[in-house]
Amino acid sequence: MQLRFKNLTLGYDRHPAIHHLDGEVASGALIAVVGPNGAGKSTLFKGVVGALNPLSGHIERAGIGARDIAYLPQAAEIDRTFPIHVYDMVAMGLWHQVGVFGGIGDREHRKIKDAIAAVGLTGFERRTIGTLSGGQMQRMLFARLLLQDARLIVLDEPFNAIDSRTCTDLLELVRRWHRERRTVLAALHDIDLVKSHFPETLLLAREKVAWGETAKVLTAENLLKARRMCEAFDEEAAACAA
Amino acid sequence: MYETLVAPFVEFEFMRRALVGVGALALGAAPVGVFLMLRRMSLVGDAMAHAILPGAAIGFLVSGLSLFAMTSGGLIAGFVVALLAGLVARATELKEDASLAVFFLISLALGVTIVSMKGTNVDLLHFLFGNVLALDDAMLAFMAVNTSVSLLALSVIYRPLVIECVDPNFLRSVSRLGAPVHMAFMALVVINLVSGFHALGTLLGVGIMMIPAAVARFWTRDITAMIATAVLTGIVSGVAGLVVSFHVSVPSGPAVILAAAVLYLMSIVFGRVGGLWRQLFPGRHLEA
Repeated sequence: MQLRFKNLTLGYDRHPAIHHLDGEVASGALIAVVGPNGAGKSTLFKGVVGALNPLSGHIERAGIGARDIAYLPQAAEIDRTFPIHVYDMVAMGLWHQVGVFGGIGDREHRKIKDAIAAVGLTGFERRTIGTLSGGQMQRMLFARLLLQDARLIVLDEPFNAIDSRTCTDLLELVRRWHRERRTVLAALHDIDLVKSHFPETLLLAREKVAWGETAKVLTAENLLKARRMCEAFDEEAAACAA
Repeated sequence: MYETLVAPFVEFEFMRRALVGVGALALGAAPVGVFLMLRRMSLVGDAMAHAILPGAAIGFLVSGLSLFAMTSGGLIAGFVVALLAGLVARATELKEDASLAVFFLISLALGVTIVSMKGTNVDLLHFLFGNVLALDDAMLAFMAVNTSVSLLALSVIYRPLVIECVDPNFLRSVSRLGAPVHMAFMALVVINLVSGFHALGTLLGVGIMMIPAAVARFWTRDITAMIATAVLTGIVSGVAGLVVSFHVSVPSGPAVILAAAVLYLMSIVFGRVGGLWRQLFPGRHLEA
């Protein structure tokens, strides 16, 4: 067990976006988190990485510190006009090894080159990030994730607005992480992709609809149930008794 | 050529002092300006300058034209405003620019109130526009120290500062340095402005910080080269401004800033990165 959610409620301004969630993430699990917009996927991830404190309940992280987590947010607030090269951007993934002052030696340079090659961006090292296409940008961010060498990798809708070839390439990296026994949580919308590549699925609609083996979770009945969940954010909502 | 460019500095000590002064200013302030510009905080320098003014004025009221009093007043006012603005921005929903706007206005109003309560009608022109031709040894030493501290501190926080600029969420996910680095950076803005006000005044001092940065943006897409270009632009404007003011006898501080402005206008037209000339006559498109 690597993560345990205990009666977890996460949200904003007292309104829950994740409501009374219980469950466990096993070490080395590859889990798809599925649900309609507003289901609380991003909120759950913010809680997992520690960027958002629970309104109630808690998240137990067994032997997982901040530096064991790599997080790719949905809308990365990256300033694409900033004059920085792809190479330096990827090198940020080595933060925990080199920190503020650590030098980047031959070994690190090789790691950076390997990561750039692994995402198919060789030849783009000296390009500034503003010149990248959406797919290339995502490849670059995956290269940075590779270098972070984290035990828990949290991907918030990593394949949105990405063409199928890039998606296939990046999915191969996710499978590689799974083979390396890293834990991967990924929020996804493509049900077919989830069915073919993710053994375990958490179907969310603010509350847990189902969690377990993908084939058993993604039934027509469950998906309908998730879709019916109310997205409304009730200004007049009473305090939750539970 | 020699008569025009070199002779004034050889013949007059005050010109040599002014030269050292603007050189030190450009070295310290221009790199800070590049980061302000890249973080879309170009007007923050101006706001901070307004925040510093009352502190310096109070120092002046308390002990006259004393370097120590005016400088500490300015530094204290600047640090307090930067710190409060940063804290409010991080603790509440208010964005940093809004909270900074509020605090610098409070500082300015407080300063004006205190000055008028003292009832003296002091000549604040010195603060507003400085006097680069009257830098004494103590002021030059002070500026040199500030510049050294600024460059050293910038090199220490350089890596996290760049990450904080380009991808603040990433920095937050790997370390807690975001807030301290931002605060340290704002402190650098303050000390460079305080340096600047002795030579160019609180208001024009911002010019040697921001204009070279804006010029550099037109010439390169590489941050290291951008910083170097900005420093060079600052020094060239300093020399040009001093020479022009010597021969035409216009005030030297504004002349330095106007010289930088001329470089800026030229960059808008001829700049290699996004300059107008390049946009109007881009040449034939490439094969790939």
